[in-house]
Amino acid sequence: MQIKVMTNILERNDQVAAALQERFKKAGILVINLLGSPGCGKTSLLEKTIKALKETLSIAVIEGDLFTAKDAERIEEHGVPVVQINTGGGCHLDANMIHDVLDCLDLGVLDMIVIENVGNLVCPAEFNIGEDCKVTVLSITEGDDKPLKYPLIFKQASAVILNKVDLLPYTNFDLKAAEKDITAIHPGVTLLPVSCQTGEGLEVWFNWLIKQVQIKKGKESK
Amino acid sequence: MHEMSIAQGILDIVLKTAAEHNAVKISCIKLLIGQMTQVEPESLKFGFAALAANTIADSAVVDITIIPLVGKCNSCGQQFTVERYSFLCPLCHSANILVVSGRELAVDYLEVE
Repeated sequence: MQIKVMTNILERNDQVAAALQERFKKAGILVINLLGSPGCGKTSLLEKTIKALKETLSIAVIEGDLFTAKDAERIEEHGVPVVQINTGGGCHLDANMIHDVLDCLDLGVLDMIVIENVGNLVCPAEFNIGEDCKVTVLSITEGDDKPLKYPLIFKQASAVILNKVDLLPYTNFDLKAAEKDITAIHPGVTLLPVSCQTGEGLEVWFNWLIKQVQIKKGKESK
Repeated sequence: MHEMSIAQGILDIVLKTAAEHNAVKISCIKLLIGQMTQVEPESLKFGFAALAANTIADSAVVDITIIPLVGKCNSCGQQFTVERYSFLCPLCHSANILVVSGRELAVDYLEVE
């Protein structure tokens, strides 16, 4: 006997993600799902962002990591609430994991939560975790072939950060080619070349984030 | 390996569906996987077989159909196969493209006894 099913395999995850999204909407909190390879500079970007914006915005961080709390310890030093999720070998965060830790945060006082996903260009792109937008970080040292090799994570991102641009003179990374590939995969994506080392371009990123928070709070139109 | 999470999702769906139809054995599971998902079919089959052990799906054949990545231009109406992940209309070069197919991750149907 044949039974027609036609069910989305990620439906359960998407249902939990939708419920989270509703909770964040009610609380007026912007939620960023921060993605990228191990070592691309996600935590460094987060540290710079918290340093620059913590007087303007009330920020909390959820740190995804396979086993360690190393990133959470780095964030904690900046004096913002941080929750660690260890996936125990899992290559991505899913909506249930976020649901399970939310009570650790005081949603009533927050403007923004940044969820640093597990370092990986593949799996995190498939799982919604209740975020408003995904932000993908690609660093110069990873090579300009990555957008075409891992297109989904660039297609799903609202903004792509090209980090470590201070290293451009020392690599064969073709910035123009990478930008061309990323915009072909995702026309209209916000593309932000930055260096967490020198601070180049970070102001633009901070302003982009502030604008997204204002949009979320209904203070500014898209 | 996110295929394991996806395999678990498939198992949950097929066991629930089979129970609703009082099936005693699942012989075939037909999946639709879009070209622009990052699922490796062999890893998915391997993961599913491991999870389905000792269930009524433990000897099920997992049959995967890959759905091509197709876009439709909202400006000129042209429908096209997306090549090299370029989401620009090949006809009018508009960037206003709707993804028609290629993002599927679904259980299509089951064959049960």
